[in-house]
Amino acid sequence: MNGGAALRFVAASARYPGADRDAIAEIDLDVAPGEFVVLLGPSGCGKSTLLRTVNRLVALARGRIELDGADVAATDPVTLRRGIGYAIQAVGLFAHMSVARNVAVVPSLLGWEPARIAARVDELLALVRLDPARYRDRFPRALSGGEAQRVGVARALAAEPRVLLMDEPFGAVDAIVRTELQRELIDIVARLGTTTLFVTHDVEEALRLADRLVVMRDGRIEGQGTVEELLEAPASPYVRALLRADDPIDRAYFEHARSALRGSR
Amino acid sequence: MWPDLLAHTLQHVKLALAALAVATTLGLPLGVLAATQPRVRGLLLSLTGVGRTLPSIAVLMLLLPVLGVGTAPAVAALALLAIPPIAINADVGIRGVPLAVLEAAGGLGMTATQRFARVVAPLAAPVAFAGIRTAATETIASATLATFVGAGGLGDDIVRGLQTGNPAPLYAGAVTVALLALAVELLGARIGRALEAP
Amino acid sequence: MSYLHTHLARVLALAGAHVALVALALIAAGAVALPLGVAAARRPRLGAWLLGGFGVVYTIPSLALLAVLVRFFGLGDGPVFIALVAYAQFMLVRNVVVGINGVDRAQIDAARGLGMSARQTLVRVELPQALGVMLGGVRVAAIAMIAIATLAGYVGGSGLGVLIFNGLTLHNQSMVVAGSLAIAALAILVDGGFRLLEARSFPGGRASA
Repeated sequence: MNGGAALRFVAASARYPGADRDAIAEIDLDVAPGEFVVLLGPSGCGKSTLLRTVNRLVALARGRIELDGADVAATDPVTLRRGIGYAIQAVGLFAHMSVARNVAVVPSLLGWEPARIAARVDELLALVRLDPARYRDRFPRALSGGEAQRVGVARALAAEPRVLLMDEPFGAVDAIVRTELQRELIDIVARLGTTTLFVTHDVEEALRLADRLVVMRDGRIEGQGTVEELLEAPASPYVRALLRADDPIDRAYFEHARSALRGSR
Repeated sequence: MWPDLLAHTLQHVKLALAALAVATTLGLPLGVLAATQPRVRGLLLSLTGVGRTLPSIAVLMLLLPVLGVGTAPAVAALALLAIPPIAINADVGIRGVPLAVLEAAGGLGMTATQRFARVVAPLAAPVAFAGIRTAATETIASATLATFVGAGGLGDDIVRGLQTGNPAPLYAGAVTVALLALAVELLGARIGRALEAP
Repeated sequence: MSYLHTHLARVLALAGAHVALVALALIAAGAVALPLGVAAARRPRLGAWLLGGFGVVYTIPSLALLAVLVRFFGLGDGPVFIALVAYAQFMLVRNVVVGINGVDRAQIDAARGLGMSARQTLVRVELPQALGVMLGGVRVAAIAMIAIATLAGYVGGSGLGVLIFNGLTLHNQSMVVAGSLAIAALAILVDGGFRLLEARSFPGGRASA
C-alpha cells in the first residue's frame, strides 16, 4: 500500500447502539488521490455505514480512518465535514432556500466573501449543466428529480472538497437521466481530481463508474480490485455471482456500457 | 356547602348535556347536508371559521340582550358554539368514505337509505364522534361561564368564593369542574378508541 | 351599539390594554415554549410527558384556574398573565414539536453531513421550515388568550372584559354588548393577521401534503 492514500481505513469497525453485531467490521481500505471507488453490496451490507464513518456521521468503535494522513477522529466533526463533499439519494435540498443558497451552504458556513460565493455558485451550476440565470433563484419544489440531484452534486462540490462521499445519489431518478448524470459525474470528478467514494446496490452502475470496486457483504469487504480484475478473477463465489462474471453476454454489455460512458479513460 | 356543590355539579352537567344534545341534533344533519351540497359546505366552513374564533364569553354576552338571563339562553349559546365542530366532523367523516365502497354497496342492490344507514354512517362514525368529543370538552369548560348569565353550574361556586374571599367554595368548584373536564376528555378518548377499533 | 359611539376612546384604551396583556403573555409563553418544544422534539419521551401535562392544564376551565391563581397572587392582571402563559404552552409546544418533526429527514442528514453544527441545523434548517406550523400554534394560542384575558375584567385587571363585567354589575346592557363586540372583533382581526403571516412564512412554497 502506498503512503500517499487520500483516504485510508485501518481495521475500521462500527456498531449501532443496541445491535448485537458490527455494522462494519475490520475494514482495511486505501483510496488513492483522485480515485473513484464504488462500494457495492445489497442493502444492510454496511456500505452506507462505511461511507458515513468518513465524515463521522457514524462513529467508529475500533480502528481509524485517515484523511490525507490525519486521523479524522482528531478533527472536530463539523470542521471535518465542511472539507468533505456529501450527496445522498434523497438529495435533501433545503426546501426553504433557493438553489443558489443551497449550493452556497458550505461556502457561507466557511465564511467566504459574498462575491466569491456568488461567482462559485454560478460556476458550479454551469458545471452540473444547469443554466445559472434560469436556476439560481428557483426553489427545490420547482425542480425535477434529475435537476434536484444536479443541485445536490453542485452543493457537495461547492467548497472544493478533497473527498466526495455519495450515497446512492442517482437511485431515485429514471434510467435515462441516471445514465446522463453518471456520465457527467465521471467527467466532473476527473476534471477536478476529486477523490470519490460512491455507494450503490446497482451492479451496472458500479461497473460503469468504478476505477476500483469494493464488494461488501455482512459488514466486511468480500473482494476489491479494478472492474477488470474482479470480472477476470472474482475473489469469491459471492462476488462472481453478484457481478454475473460468468455470463459472457452480461460482460459484453457491461464492457460496452462502460466504454461508452467513460470514453478513452 | 356540599349539597350546593352536588346540586351545582348536576346543574353544570345538565346544562352541558342539554347544549350538546341540541348541537348534535342540529349539527349532524347539517354535516350530512354539507357533505352532499357543496354550497352548504362552503357556508358551513366560513361560519365555522368565524365561530371557532369568537370567544365563548362574547357569544354568551351577545345573546344576553336577545334571550335574557337564565338557563335557556346559556344552553342556546353553548349549543351554538358546539354546532361547528360537530357539523364539520360529520362532513369530513362522510366525505372520507371511499367511493369504491359506495359503488360496491350500490352494486349489492342497497337503496340510498340503506346505503347511508349500513355503510356510510358506520364508516363515518369515528370522525363524526371526534367532533362531538371536541364539542363536549369545550362545552363543559364554557358552561363554567354560564354563571355570568345566571344559569348556575359550578361557576357559581367559584364566583361566590372569589366575591366573598372564602376559599372553600372556590377550591371545591374549581377542582370539581377541572375533574369534570378531564373526565369528559378521557371518556371521550376511550369511546373514540372503541369506535375506531373495528 | 350606543356605548361604542359615546365611549369610543375608552373602548379603544381597554382594547389596547387587552392587546398589551395578551402580547406580553404571548411573548413570555413563546420564550418558554420554544426551548421546551425543541427539547420535546429531540426526546420523544420527554415530549409525551410535557404535552400530557400541558394538555391537562389546557383542559381545566379558565375561570377555575384563574380563581385559584387569584388566591395565590391576588387580584389584577398578574394572575391572568400567569394563566395565559400556562394555557398557551400546550398549543405552542405541540406546534413546535409537529413543525420540527415535519422537516424531511434527508435535509437534516444533508445539513449534518455538509458540516452544520446541531445548533446551525436547528436555526438554519429546522426552525425556518417549522415556522409556518409554529405560527399556526401562535395564532390558535393568541385567539384562546384573547378570550381568556376577558376574565381579567372580573378579577380586577384591565382589558375589554372590564366593559362586560362592569356592564353586568351596572345592568348596562349596551356596555356589555360593546365589550363583547370589541373582543369578537379583536379575535377575528388577530386570526386574520396571523393567517396572512402564515401564508407568507415559507418562501419556497409549501410542499403539497
